[in-house]
Amino acid sequence: MRYPALSALLAGVMTLGGCSEGVLDPKGPIAAAERLIMFNSTAIMLAIVIPTMIATLGTAYWFRASNKRARYLPDFEYSGRLELLVWSIPIMTVILVGGVAWVSTYDLDPPKAIASAEKPVRIQVVALDWKWLFIYPDEGIAAVNQLTVPVGTPISFELTSAGVMNSFFVPQLAGQIYTMAGMATRLNLQADHTGTYRGMSANYSGAGFSDMHFNVEAVPAENYAAWVAATRGNGPVLDEQTYSTLAKPSQAVAPFSYRTVAPGLFSGIVRTAMQSGDPLCVTDIASERIER
Amino acid sequence: MNLLGKLDWSAIPFDQPIIMGASGGMILGIGAVLSWVLLKGYVPYLWREWITSVDHKRIGVMYIVLALLMLLRGFSDAIMMRTQQAVAAGGAQGYLPPEHYDQIFTAHGTIMIFFVAMPLVIGLMNFVVPLQLGIRDVAFPTLNSVSMWLTASGILLINVSLFVGEFARTGWVAYPPLSELQFSPGVGVDYYLWSLQISGVGTLLTGINFVTTILKTRAPGMGYMRMPVFCWTALASNLMIVAVFPILTATFAMLLLDRYLGFHFFSIDAGGNAMMYVNLFWMWGHPEVYILVLPAFGVFSEVAATFSGKPLFGYRSMVAATMAICILSMMVWLHHFFTMGASANVNAIFGMASMIIGVPTGVKIFNWLFTMYGGRVRFTTPVLWTIGFMVTFVLGGLTGVLLAVPAVDWTVHNSMFLIAHFHHVIIPGVVFGAFAGYVYWFPKAFGFTLDERWGKAAFWCWFIGFHLAFMPLYVVGLMGMTRRLQHYDVLSWQPWLLVAEAGAVVIFAGIVCQIVQIVVSIRRREELRDLTGDPWNARTLEWSTASPPPAWNFAVLPNVAGRDAYWAQKKLGHATEATQARKYEPIEVPTNTATGFVNAFFAVVTGFALIWHIWWLAALGLLGALATFLLFAFRDEEEVEVPAKALAEFDRTHHAEVAP
Repeated sequence: MRYPALSALLAGVMTLGGCSEGVLDPKGPIAAAERLIMFNSTAIMLAIVIPTMIATLGTAYWFRASNKRARYLPDFEYSGRLELLVWSIPIMTVILVGGVAWVSTYDLDPPKAIASAEKPVRIQVVALDWKWLFIYPDEGIAAVNQLTVPVGTPISFELTSAGVMNSFFVPQLAGQIYTMAGMATRLNLQADHTGTYRGMSANYSGAGFSDMHFNVEAVPAENYAAWVAATRGNGPVLDEQTYSTLAKPSQAVAPFSYRTVAPGLFSGIVRTAMQSGDPLCVTDIASERIER
Repeated sequence: MNLLGKLDWSAIPFDQPIIMGASGGMILGIGAVLSWVLLKGYVPYLWREWITSVDHKRIGVMYIVLALLMLLRGFSDAIMMRTQQAVAAGGAQGYLPPEHYDQIFTAHGTIMIFFVAMPLVIGLMNFVVPLQLGIRDVAFPTLNSVSMWLTASGILLINVSLFVGEFARTGWVAYPPLSELQFSPGVGVDYYLWSLQISGVGTLLTGINFVTTILKTRAPGMGYMRMPVFCWTALASNLMIVAVFPILTATFAMLLLDRYLGFHFFSIDAGGNAMMYVNLFWMWGHPEVYILVLPAFGVFSEVAATFSGKPLFGYRSMVAATMAICILSMMVWLHHFFTMGASANVNAIFGMASMIIGVPTGVKIFNWLFTMYGGRVRFTTPVLWTIGFMVTFVLGGLTGVLLAVPAVDWTVHNSMFLIAHFHHVIIPGVVFGAFAGYVYWFPKAFGFTLDERWGKAAFWCWFIGFHLAFMPLYVVGLMGMTRRLQHYDVLSWQPWLLVAEAGAVVIFAGIVCQIVQIVVSIRRREELRDLTGDPWNARTLEWSTASPPPAWNFAVLPNVAGRDAYWAQKKLGHATEATQARKYEPIEVPTNTATGFVNAFFAVVTGFALIWHIWWLAALGLLGALATFLLFAFRDEEEVEVPAKALAEFDRTHHAEVAP
């Protein structure tokens, strides 16, 4: 090989392209659309960035002091035409990328429901120190550090935190969203292929942060129904008491599930975060509205 | 009641060999330097010529020395992090437990931004701006000394946290609720807050000082459109300091109230809102990026013009671009948290605003390119840093615009991709810029140039090391690796992190080259001596005076007739004549004062006392600072006169010869 560095780079890029994880290997419509936006924007910008890099090196090299063939223009400091070019190149690039960005921001807005014939599965997410609680309000079950979803069905998340801010992120399914105490954020995603996808907290939240990841099991609809039924059959009950035990800080918690969940637990968590032992504090109206 | 507040022997981490080793080494090093200074009898010299000096050039040099020392500290943190991540894969926990690792990444960010990048650019501005404007000092020389010493106070406090107590484990942004008392009950966050509050006051005073200097005290004839571009970028940078540092101070004050007096600005209960902190922090934080990078752009402009033997191409575009960045940078803060769940309208608007900043930045790149076009480019070390910056920064800018696209940001926010991006703009932008400025102006400060061979070796190590260290981070970021992980279970990330570790080692080699460079240059200083005052055949006024310049910079204030004032003088051959026909008048220079140093001492005492809740000592420290101020305010002697004879004598002996 004449260019060992170049071939190493190419090999690296190819391994990267072929790797079965991360945002470059999407497994659902949202992640796929986001990857496309990334590729489009990068391509638009590379079209101008690469020539600029070459031109910089070329100009510097050609006009080196020792090059007697290069013309010396000691007073060349202004050219209206060049100035026009200099301003319009970045402006046009930004208009193009800006258009891509503008449209995609609305199209892929996390709270926007995914159009589908299937009825979405609702899941409520609570970030705890340092584990994830997933509540399935319609099924009346919950799981910790493991998220099971049916393939081909939109999943509609409501997310909050019991304390410190975290960020809910499954790179192969959709972009991330913060989980914040006293507030509920929304995220919609869908898995189109069965498989196990890595999910994690993408916002540093303290000592146990590194272990705050989980697996997303995307399973066929019938397996999902079986999983729901099986989960209802065993495991502890999640009520206020067991929740307060769960909410205590713990690290690297092995996945487990709850067979029933006290109704209204999620909105209760959003609301209590706004209160304190302080008798002056009253329930926040905004979270009531979220509840409705 | 405990007279020492929360402080007791448990504050010293005797059980942590790494920390004790580092602190021991640091204390030994400082002790060795101090005893050397004492034994050699350098104390009076240091006190008279440096510590109490209000000369902007001396203050600038001290800022840069502080920054370079802290660069070593910040880099040690960096290489420890890289090593941890290189080994802590699969089930391995690495050699740093979370409570230590979390302090290290927090300290790395805080030190690199506040105590390396900031003093580097402020030091350069201090040294260069008055000389380029053709004046004798900044508008408020004593205030300048106070600013510098307050920065030093912050630096001292943050380093004390290594040995006494702990540092924050929150990340350098210290987001609540994590940084609230409920989740961070230790003194770490207090060390963070007080050291930044104290140095922040110093930075704000610097901003006021330089805005005043540039707006009000230029040499005769130096109109705005005749100022060197570095002065324009310094003006923009200091305007931003004045605009946004108060936001940071107020935000930290609110967090302090939360932590000390049970307020609820950012707490999760009682109506507090942590996202308010996040907004306010980035209203300061994004302009801060440009506070750092604009002066570096100024350096590149000076270097590109000087070493191409040409005026800067598109001066007016450059000024317009600089001021556009100055204003736009304050309108984009929300792109640091597109993932907050704001509406699509908000995300789209802030995404567009962020991209628009790419326009003036792109214009600058093209203008530097056209500055070299038609030039005679001399490939000196500053030029290498400049070209290295240009080819690297455009890619860093590309990933920046990518992050400004909300839909892309959601997938790589807070990931190693983001880490790669901001190092990709800050290292080539700010660090390369500061190094270019350091090599470029070193002969002006000390009268001899730096060794070129070691300088070039340092550049290549940094350039190659940077790419090795940060390109793999883009890859692992896309693979789904998030930042601030103490360990991870995905084995396919590890090879990339090993490459990054190798890159950090190469950067370390670059730092070693720079240390060797300074040692070699000092030893060869007679060979490298520059008697002309203008070793690079440069264009701006700082090169028209002796190297190093006298305390009064210019015996007779230059009369500026156009841009690149010194170049014009040289072309007309007026420079020599002007010196010969000079009429000298006595000059008043401000007297030295210990105000800054003494005030900083009390600031450290107050800060330390507040961190450890030693209330009586805090009160004493504040009283001391007040007394220092009163003593200064009622001083009898403000200035000393330099007689005309001394000026003439200096000019005769240090006659700056002008290159034809």
